[in-house]
Amino acid sequence: MSDAPPILIEGLHKYFGELEVLKGVDLSVASGEVICVIGPSGSGKSTLLRCVNLLEQPTSGKVIIEGFDITDPETDVDAVRTKIGMVFQQFNLFPHLTVMKNLTIAQRKVLGRNEDEAVATATAMLERVGLSDKHDEHPIRLSGGQQQRVAIARSLCMNPDMMLFDEPTSALDPELIGEVLDVMRGLALDGMTMMVVTHEMGFANQVADRVLFMDEGIIMEEGPPSQVLGEPRNERTRRFLAAVAQT
Amino acid sequence: MVVVAKSSRVRKAKIRRWIIYAITVVVLVILAFTIDWATLQQAFFQPDIIRAMLPEVITIGAKNTIIYTTMAFAFGLILALFLALMKRSTIAPYRWFATGFIELFRGLPALITIILVAFGLPIALGIRVPGGTLGKGTLGLGLVAAAYMAETIRAGVEAVPRGQMEAARSLGMTRGKAMTYIILPQAFRIIIPPLTNELVLLIKDTSLLFVIGTTPLSKELTKFARDFMTETQNATPLTVAAIMYLIITLPLTYLVRRLEKRTNKGR
Repeated sequence: MSDAPPILIEGLHKYFGELEVLKGVDLSVASGEVICVIGPSGSGKSTLLRCVNLLEQPTSGKVIIEGFDITDPETDVDAVRTKIGMVFQQFNLFPHLTVMKNLTIAQRKVLGRNEDEAVATATAMLERVGLSDKHDEHPIRLSGGQQQRVAIARSLCMNPDMMLFDEPTSALDPELIGEVLDVMRGLALDGMTMMVVTHEMGFANQVADRVLFMDEGIIMEEGPPSQVLGEPRNERTRRFLAAVAQT
Repeated sequence: MVVVAKSSRVRKAKIRRWIIYAITVVVLVILAFTIDWATLQQAFFQPDIIRAMLPEVITIGAKNTIIYTTMAFAFGLILALFLALMKRSTIAPYRWFATGFIELFRGLPALITIILVAFGLPIALGIRVPGGTLGKGTLGLGLVAAAYMAETIRAGVEAVPRGQMEAARSLGMTRGKAMTYIILPQAFRIIIPPLTNELVLLIKDTSLLFVIGTTPLSKELTKFARDFMTETQNATPLTVAAIMYLIITLPLTYLVRRLEKRTNKGR
């Protein structure tokens, strides 16, 4: 499957009841590409991301991961999901488990790794996000930034081929945002395929290979950050960037 | 003006409280002088009868009460877990069954359910529940307890944030694995206090099992005490049974308070 793109989206529509949130999205993400999705709230950018690992069921259209059509009911979505890491705005660490258990439980129960293997992987990943000393803590004892880094490590433990980030720094105090973005920057440098919904324009400008501007359920404008963020052609993009710059 | 009004309200409340204290003291004094303490002791605290009840009130009565409670609770809890999951199922007939079951057994008096299991099943369907009092009691009380606990468990599952299921599924867990390893452990932590309350209610409901009919060795506390009352024509056995119930239930209610405090602190 090396020739199939990691993520291919064709004609994606999503309704919540009467409300059409995605109005036909087409997107192809290349291996190793970092895509930042920006846009006003309610533009459908989080829904788009959540359709990629089927946390939301698309109303119509196709989502093809590494050549597997996951919108086909015959596809084993659980198997495909292990290939897609997901990082949430609210971290969603498992509060009843220690950091180490957070990182090992899916390795053991989904991938069938034994305790030693799982712990070895988890230890390596904790080191990668700079939290080696926290493996016995419970999530509640960690700062928001540390929790989000643990959440990233938890996804990495499954050896995903791609990572999805749903506003990973939006719930963080300003002084904690940097440490999370640093980890994400490191992942991008290592060649991870990434799709990031974010309001961090600096990060998008610096790290993204391609920026998508979404509004009203469609991709209004896409291109390299220098173009979309620097010289936006679309009137809506310009207005959005101007509004963001004011804050 | 405002200050004056406030202080006069405080004074009124103080006076009211003193009046209540005074009335209470007067009532207690009247009671103390009018009650025939000797008769009272004769009826409720006869040492001979207490001695005669020991040790069987513990080795038979309390033991059976605890056994019936434990079995019914264990059976009820497992059944409740299935009902709670069925009630949240995407498959409609499962939901209908669970709703029907819960409404039925919460709506019926526990006594009727027990009679149905013990006598209704053999008559109507020719089914004899094995295991004597224990078997019939476990089934009857377990059905009732399950109906109540199913709603408790469902509430606990729904109290776990949606993001927990999403995170688990994103890691490739099936619905079942996510439930088992992520959602239910958190849900049970939340519902330990209400479940312990169910346990206390269940302890007291075992007193209904007398309708099944008991052998000398399968009597629980209440039946044991009532038989002793008939024999002795005295109320002392009731006092002993009451004390035994309190010895079992008070530590549990104390535990619930402790757990509730801990849960509240954790939030």
